[in-house]
Amino acid sequence: MSRVRGGENSTLIRVSSTPVRAFIERVDVLFALSPGAVEHMDGRVKDTLVIADEEFHEEGAISLPIMGEAEKLGGRIFANVVAAGAAANLFGVREETFDEAVRSLFERKGPDIVEADLRAGRKGYELGDELREHLEISIEPQPSVREHVVLNGTEAVGIGCIAGGCRFMSSYPMTPSTPLQVFISENAAEFDMVFEQAEDEIAAINMCLGASYAGARSLVATSGSGFALMEEAVGLAGMIETPVVIYIGQRPGPAVGLPTRTAQEDLNLALYAGPGEFPRAILAPGKLEDAPEIAAHAFNLADRYQIPVFLLSDQYLADLYYDLPSPQIGEEPSYHITRTWEGYRRFEFTADGISPRGIPGYGSGTVRVDSDEHDEEGLITEDLDVRRRMVEKRNLRLEMLKDDTLKPEVYGDNSSALICWGSTYWLVREAIESSGADVSMVHFSQVYPLPHDTLELLESFDRTAVVENNYRGQFADLLKLEGFEADERFRRYDGMPFSVEGVAGFIEEVLL
Amino acid sequence: MRPEDYDMNVEIAWCPGCGNFSILRALKMALADLDILPERLVLVSGIGQAGKLPQYLKCNHFNGLHGRSLPAAVAIKATNPQLTVIDVSGDGCMYGEGGNHLIHNIRRNPDITTIVHGNMVYGLTKGQASPTSQPGFRTPVQVQGVFEEPFNPLAVAVALGATFVARAFSGDVERTRDILVEAISHHGYALVDIFQPCVTFNRVNTFQWFREHTYYTDHDPADRLLALEKSLEGYGGGRFPLGVIYRVEGERTFEENLSVYHGDATPLWRRSHDPDKLKRLIESKRMV
Repeated sequence: MSRVRGGENSTLIRVSSTPVRAFIERVDVLFALSPGAVEHMDGRVKDTLVIADEEFHEEGAISLPIMGEAEKLGGRIFANVVAAGAAANLFGVREETFDEAVRSLFERKGPDIVEADLRAGRKGYELGDELREHLEISIEPQPSVREHVVLNGTEAVGIGCIAGGCRFMSSYPMTPSTPLQVFISENAAEFDMVFEQAEDEIAAINMCLGASYAGARSLVATSGSGFALMEEAVGLAGMIETPVVIYIGQRPGPAVGLPTRTAQEDLNLALYAGPGEFPRAILAPGKLEDAPEIAAHAFNLADRYQIPVFLLSDQYLADLYYDLPSPQIGEEPSYHITRTWEGYRRFEFTADGISPRGIPGYGSGTVRVDSDEHDEEGLITEDLDVRRRMVEKRNLRLEMLKDDTLKPEVYGDNSSALICWGSTYWLVREAIESSGADVSMVHFSQVYPLPHDTLELLESFDRTAVVENNYRGQFADLLKLEGFEADERFRRYDGMPFSVEGVAGFIEEVLL
Repeated sequence: MRPEDYDMNVEIAWCPGCGNFSILRALKMALADLDILPERLVLVSGIGQAGKLPQYLKCNHFNGLHGRSLPAAVAIKATNPQLTVIDVSGDGCMYGEGGNHLIHNIRRNPDITTIVHGNMVYGLTKGQASPTSQPGFRTPVQVQGVFEEPFNPLAVAVALGATFVARAFSGDVERTRDILVEAISHHGYALVDIFQPCVTFNRVNTFQWFREHTYYTDHDPADRLLALEKSLEGYGGGRFPLGVIYRVEGERTFEENLSVYHGDATPLWRRSHDPDKLKRLIESKRMV
């Protein structure tokens, strides 16, 4: 809900002895902390054990005095921690482990708050003993997860941005990109970065281009509507061959759409943004495990080819949390900045279309960039021959870029395949696993440009369907442009992510 | 340095007699006085005839989008505070398209200078009204004549607390040079609005008109209320004051407020990457 406080909200937590990373419809146990909670779950409460606060008498529910205990401890604000304590006990989490989690969560709020929350958690834990009389849940503990870190999609991308040498970020707040702005801003002092909240989106991306021109790897984060305002500057990046990484946390549109829901609707926007013709790359991490590496790669790619690179995320991926082994951060970022010399020309014609990139103040040359058509020196020209060569120079890099792509991940070895991109990775994969169907998955974390052998790969399947969170089938259309037409399109555009059940149902009904 | 050291051997695409020529000359003289090396100087501009100025001066230049020179300029300075950053813009570019950025960069107080070529008309697009056009000014688009109040950049800047606000007249190269020297050496954000006649599309506000409608003020520029009063002069009759309208020293700049520069002036791109710090950040995400 796009409101600051109140209303009905729910958090879905999956507990399992084996890794589970995807959204499911099914709710086994529901802790209802408000009278509207069950209704809010919108038909998902079937064969569900409902644990409801005793203040409201939910039919068939187990009653717990969550609110009452929270109030005794100092206020209703503690209700969540009381409920969490009860849930922890129910799922067999040791009390010390739970205490540790409470401590690490509230540490930064000061000792008084930590103490109060510990009391609330312990009270909840006690209530959990009562619950255990009603049902027993047996989850095999996995000691190896102690080595894991817990990240959300935003942090996974943010870690990658730092690893990729990000030094400058300016942005204007917009859900669901704001968490990345918070992440970079929180870490700016430690990692020698500048974060500035711009007066608007237009300023944000123009600042990034200024910073990048002066040598800093720069990042701007926004969502669809905000990005629409940035389009002109994407063209500027193309014209002045200046790298920039643009993170789009997608949400349903058009215009402001559903601010707190999810979608994969802005692929076309990123693909076609900006006047004129110039190369770009669009990356879309599918899972937290490789998001850091992909985000870091975005900076290296932007720097190497002097182009805008998009990172397409969405509300679902940005806000999704799970545990995973500490991401391995690759080698040092590779920088492509040249010391300039007397007579240096920023847009020098070269065989591969990439001119040595100088920055002001480094060397004895001057670095001249211009949004008008320009010559090798960066001076305005109307020489049509120079114009033609500049167009070729700018676009030539797309060909090289096509040889430097992230390969799609193929899961399974079957004759049918579900094709997907971005945040749907685990949703599709778990659906395939849980349905036991003989279907493979082809997941793209680079959606543009596509690897040379994409057509060959996709044509090797007898039957294919593209799964994506939009109405048109934007990625399916892009594949069609490349010469591949999938047999089916499975789309969801109500603002919710796909569910494992939904994709599994599609496999059974349509693909098998 | 000598003014000629900034010469570019290129054809200048301004109309003969354009007021921009003297701004270019005054700027070269000011830069020479201040001994600023071309490779340490960045001129940033948007679109319009003023936006072309960086083409005609030997230095680094970033000519970006209409109205968007300030965001680029402030970021260039924030990335490398050792550079001298000057933003060159027209009245349409800075006060029309870029108005929001002007307001917020005054709030930021970056150590950069903005020079606005104010000719009260759109020259590049052939003669429409600009935000500073005088009431009654007729154009092919404003067929009844302008009826909006002209934008008053100096009053806005003083009201927002810009740390250096000045107005010059390009018909007086020497005094313009002096004002530019003060503006560029000012520590903090400097806005210089320069009256500059458009000889092709503004037949009302000519060199003669500006001469008759301006005078040099010698008030105390540290007095903010007086500065505000001065900045209101000339609108609706009387003469526009020229010179430094408002100046306050010792305010912290945007760059000085950025934590990366506390105790370390190294430009951002020269900072080294520390994988161990990043490992520690990742490890901090271990819950128990």
